[in-house]
Amino acid sequence: MQSVDSAAEQAEFDRKIAEEQKIEPTDWMPDDYRKNLIRQMSQHAHSEVIGMQPEGNWITRAPTLRRKAVLLAKVQDEAGHGLYLYSATETLGISRSELIDALQTGKAKYASIFNYPTLSWADVGAIGWLVDGAAIVNQISLQRTSYGPYSRAMIRICKEESFHQRQGYEIMYALAKGTPEQKQMAQDAMNRFWWPSLMMFGPHDSESAHSGRSMKWKIKRQSNDDLRQKFIDQTVPQIEVLGLEMPDPEIKWNEERGHYDSGEINWEEFYQVINGSGPCNHQRIKHHKAAHDNGEWVREAVRAYRAKQNQKAAESAA
Amino acid sequence: MNQQQQNLFRFLVALGDDSVVLSHRLSEWCSNGPYLEEDIALGNVALDYIGRARMFYQYACEVEGKGRTEDDIAYFRNEREYTNLLIHELPINDFAFTMVRQFFVDVFYCEYLKQLMNSSDETIAAIAAKAVKESRYHLKRSEPWIRQLAEGTDESLRRIKDALLELENFVGELFLMSDWEQSLVEQGIAVDRAKLQKDWDAYVQKFLGESNVHFPDSQLQIRGGREGIHTEHLGHMLSEMQYIQRTMPGLQW
Ligand SMILES: [Fe+2]
Ligand SMILES: [Fe+2]
Repeated sequence: MQSVDSAAEQAEFDRKIAEEQKIEPTDWMPDDYRKNLIRQMSQHAHSEVIGMQPEGNWITRAPTLRRKAVLLAKVQDEAGHGLYLYSATETLGISRSELIDALQTGKAKYASIFNYPTLSWADVGAIGWLVDGAAIVNQISLQRTSYGPYSRAMIRICKEESFHQRQGYEIMYALAKGTPEQKQMAQDAMNRFWWPSLMMFGPHDSESAHSGRSMKWKIKRQSNDDLRQKFIDQTVPQIEVLGLEMPDPEIKWNEERGHYDSGEINWEEFYQVINGSGPCNHQRIKHHKAAHDNGEWVREAVRAYRAKQNQKAAESAA
Repeated sequence: MNQQQQNLFRFLVALGDDSVVLSHRLSEWCSNGPYLEEDIALGNVALDYIGRARMFYQYACEVEGKGRTEDDIAYFRNEREYTNLLIHELPINDFAFTMVRQFFVDVFYCEYLKQLMNSSDETIAAIAAKAVKESRYHLKRSEPWIRQLAEGTDESLRRIKDALLELENFVGELFLMSDWEQSLVEQGIAVDRAKLQKDWDAYVQKFLGESNVHFPDSQLQIRGGREGIHTEHLGHMLSEMQYIQRTMPGLQW
């Protein structure tokens, strides 16, 4: 049985959610709400960070100095998003090192799309255009999420994501309007990243394990399928402008629904990649661990230096 | 181009090469740093150097007047045609090496660019004015890193000393002038790098000395960058960097 106090707290929490007020770090919140947020926000943060790898894979091979600068700035932004989201997650009472540990031990997930390899320069374009494009659809919706720090993070991050999406589309456009060889690169990249981009919105609403409660708590504001549809609707006309062939032969405008129809996602692949057997799952985590381990002596040195400085300060104060 | 324009062109390309090569090295830290914050910070420095390279190359192309672009300069020259000072091209090694190299070039550029702001060539002076602010900022980051690592743990100190030892041989070249560059000094366009050596030595020695780390007077050891004689590392960097342009030349990207 709940005590009077916690019943009152629960009622206050419910009222805030109902009235679209934000929950702030110092507010009381149900344990499961907190856990759910930590799961979703850290997954989001890890995605930003792991996403640096497939795109970073092309920084040293970018075809022009301008492209290289833009890509480097973009990947840097993603690192910034990761930092910002880690900080926002820390407001829930968990530390960054715990979060990183959960990532490296496979307890925490990140966007599955980054478990696919970037095989050509066009993949950088496809990621910016499709993956950042899908992320924006999701994040715009999350600007209205009920947890204050998460909502504010989304508002801030969204601005940069639309720049990312534009630079990706610009790369695709240059390729699609280039030589047949370049156009083929663009087509191939889009074909490979199309389905994984759709998978970014998660399983069908009927299959989604966390969706129900997340919607009730207004952590999530729109369903996976609705967001996915929105992404398809906005992206198909862009494919037409590029003059590329549709990556899915079943894409067709449905007058009655006012939406594009499209083919079914290969859910077997979806679960396979989520459960760790995608083309790059091991590589991504191994890379993250290696960088982290290689940096351990640096972090140790910083701690030692600070300790010495503190000791000196204490001695001179005494 | 007359002789003077040729020298100017050569000078601008050389400065562009210094920047493009170092920016490439710094960009290799992306997703590999000891802190996520450091990935961002090193990326910022890399971006500043790409910006410099582009400005120098663009101006070089203008001086040359043959309609070449910055990318023609960056992507269609071989190792022997690259003329960067060697210190810029050395692999990133560990974080200590990267930061010591950065500290060295930051100290160098703070003074070099400050003097280059007085160039009689307005475009060069303007680029230097922008770049010197960046380098001052870079130095504000590299110095505390050297301090922390030199006074951190035994291991971090050992790594700093290893880096110093390896870089010692490449420092002297920063102050080595060639005839064509000297003639640009006489015209008031370039800066006499040889004259920066004493102050550089003093600054670096004082800074390291405060952490009880000794560094000798710089001496000319390994040289050749401005003549296109490089370490073995540059060829690998260029083959990676130029791969798309070389396999599919003449296209828009
Ligand atoms: Fe992002
Ligand atoms: Fe992004």
